[in-house]
Amino acid sequence: MATAEEVAKAAERRDIRDRWLLSAPALLIIFLAATGPLLIVLVYSFLTPGSYGDVKWQFSPEAWIAVFLERDIFDDTLSVAAAHVTIFLRSIKLAVVTTIATLALGFPTAYFMATRSEKTRDLWLFLITIPFWTNLLIRTFAVLQIIRNEGIINTILLKLGIISSPIQILYTDTAILIGMAYVYLPLMVLPIYASMEKLDFRLVEAGYDLYATRFKVLRKIIFPLVKPGVIAGSILVFIPALGAYVTPSVLGGGKNMMLSNLIELQFGQGRNWPLGSALSIAVMIIVMVALLAYVRNAGKSGVRHG
Amino acid sequence: MNWKTTATAMGLALLASTSLARADGELNIYNWGNYTSPDVIKKFEAKYNIKVTITDYDSNDTALAKVRQGGTGFDIAVPSQTYVPIWIKEGLVLETDPGKMENFKNVAPEWANPDFDPGRKYSVPWALGTVGVVVNTDAYKGPADSWGIIFNTPDELKGKVNVVPEMNDVIFAAIKYVGGQQCTTDKEVLKKVRDTLVAAKPNWIAMEYNTIEKMGAGDFKATSDWNGSALRQRLANPAIHYNYPKEGFGLWSDNVVVLKEAKNVENAKLFQNFIMDPENAAGLSAFHRYANAITGSDKYMPADMKDAPEVVIPAADKPHAELQQMCAPEIQEIYTKIWTELQK
Repeated sequence: MATAEEVAKAAERRDIRDRWLLSAPALLIIFLAATGPLLIVLVYSFLTPGSYGDVKWQFSPEAWIAVFLERDIFDDTLSVAAAHVTIFLRSIKLAVVTTIATLALGFPTAYFMATRSEKTRDLWLFLITIPFWTNLLIRTFAVLQIIRNEGIINTILLKLGIISSPIQILYTDTAILIGMAYVYLPLMVLPIYASMEKLDFRLVEAGYDLYATRFKVLRKIIFPLVKPGVIAGSILVFIPALGAYVTPSVLGGGKNMMLSNLIELQFGQGRNWPLGSALSIAVMIIVMVALLAYVRNAGKSGVRHG
Repeated sequence: MNWKTTATAMGLALLASTSLARADGELNIYNWGNYTSPDVIKKFEAKYNIKVTITDYDSNDTALAKVRQGGTGFDIAVPSQTYVPIWIKEGLVLETDPGKMENFKNVAPEWANPDFDPGRKYSVPWALGTVGVVVNTDAYKGPADSWGIIFNTPDELKGKVNVVPEMNDVIFAAIKYVGGQQCTTDKEVLKKVRDTLVAAKPNWIAMEYNTIEKMGAGDFKATSDWNGSALRQRLANPAIHYNYPKEGFGLWSDNVVVLKEAKNVENAKLFQNFIMDPENAAGLSAFHRYANAITGSDKYMPADMKDAPEVVIPAADKPHAELQQMCAPEIQEIYTKIWTELQK
């Protein structure tokens, strides 16, 4: 008996070992491809900038100090890096507003899709995914063609005589928001739809039977049940929106930097790779903290099934 | 073992393709995008039976960073005059001594011995250009030969001015506007530059590179720009004029160098010599729309460029031209800070 047990144990051990060995190549690749570059970024953030780009292999905390503090160019006093704070806040604000806008548009869209008949649902799903077939840059330029001064909207309004001179939409914050909401909408709709599709609409009927108002049904029944989808969608939109580069540059005119532009500047004309690296890591930390806070909060007021 | 055969075949194919890529009769050019005349390249290929491959880059910094990493497989690159000394100092380029090449006699005397490459030991001129102010005269009819269009925008152009976001060009222009010298260490001047830029920005609509299309479509009515771009805009809309600011404007030149890691050195040298031929230099100009430094090329230039005010700097404006330099890293750091302040 004991031997049989031992044999079984040995077999199990072998099995575990084989599993590890078999997955080792994949793990190694994931480690090298995902963690490796990040480690390089981390190391670079603690080095000295080379004279014309690149880094010198010399430890320096300067880059990290420069993320938060700036030495005035003219009187050499140290103060909080106001320019960096302004740019960080602008990017965070844009990401939050984009998330809210896509949620406001995406939730009803997902609800509409989920309440269609099974056959037509696939068609709607298909329509939502179509924009993904095209490159982000092309989608952004399409928006530009619509809102520019000689674009579709202004031309139609001018022809109809509703306005006498074109409305300046391009290169405003509105333009950025329109572009961002359009580009990221599918990322919000899809996860919400996935939750909504599983929603048991008999619960909604039951709610009405018990004299709940439409708003109450939405708030007390539908929303709590699709909350995981809303959370997933918000995360999927918030993170890329924070690092958005193409859309704000093309539609906003590049006058005001976003985080991504600030980082790019350091690797390009600014020639300060360590500062660029430090800024990148700082962004990652912000995203991580924001996510943790969000998920924890979302979890706390979790669904209570009665 | 079928997969073994397949793997071997694939390995051999890979070897064959790489060895083919390295074979004689090849030239790999690393150049700015939309900058290399296909006709001239075809002519070069036919003449020497060499296969040319062109790869694009979008900025001096990109090109420098990539080549410095090594292993690019490129034979030729085309850095601007501000960057040529860095390429030389970092040991990235090969001393091909173009000054002794057959066609060197065609290089205009003022470009035969430039400060950025004394004696032309490494580089051959590719294109010359200026940075000035472009105005759509339908929107603004006043005098436009000043950086004031950008930094003290007249009322008619407020909210319609674009600035090409090339940091060194913009700060150069602002220094000229406040009356300083390029790469100045004078903090008073730099402070004025920052204040001028920050005060000017609310009148700008955008900071974009895409000026040809946007000036054409009327999204911009004025912009800072390169002369070749301005020429293309005028050809599309005759109301668009290029102006040379009287406070002083930047002159630049892009130059063909051979990389130290080049595999096709002889072909690269042939190319350096080839583009100093007047007819070929004119062919390059006809495509990229900038001037060149080759005497005798004017008779081969396309008609719409021969006397174009964008290409031929008028005698009255010539004294205000100044070759842009690369500033010391400390100054460059201040530039970056001013730039961040401007765009925050």
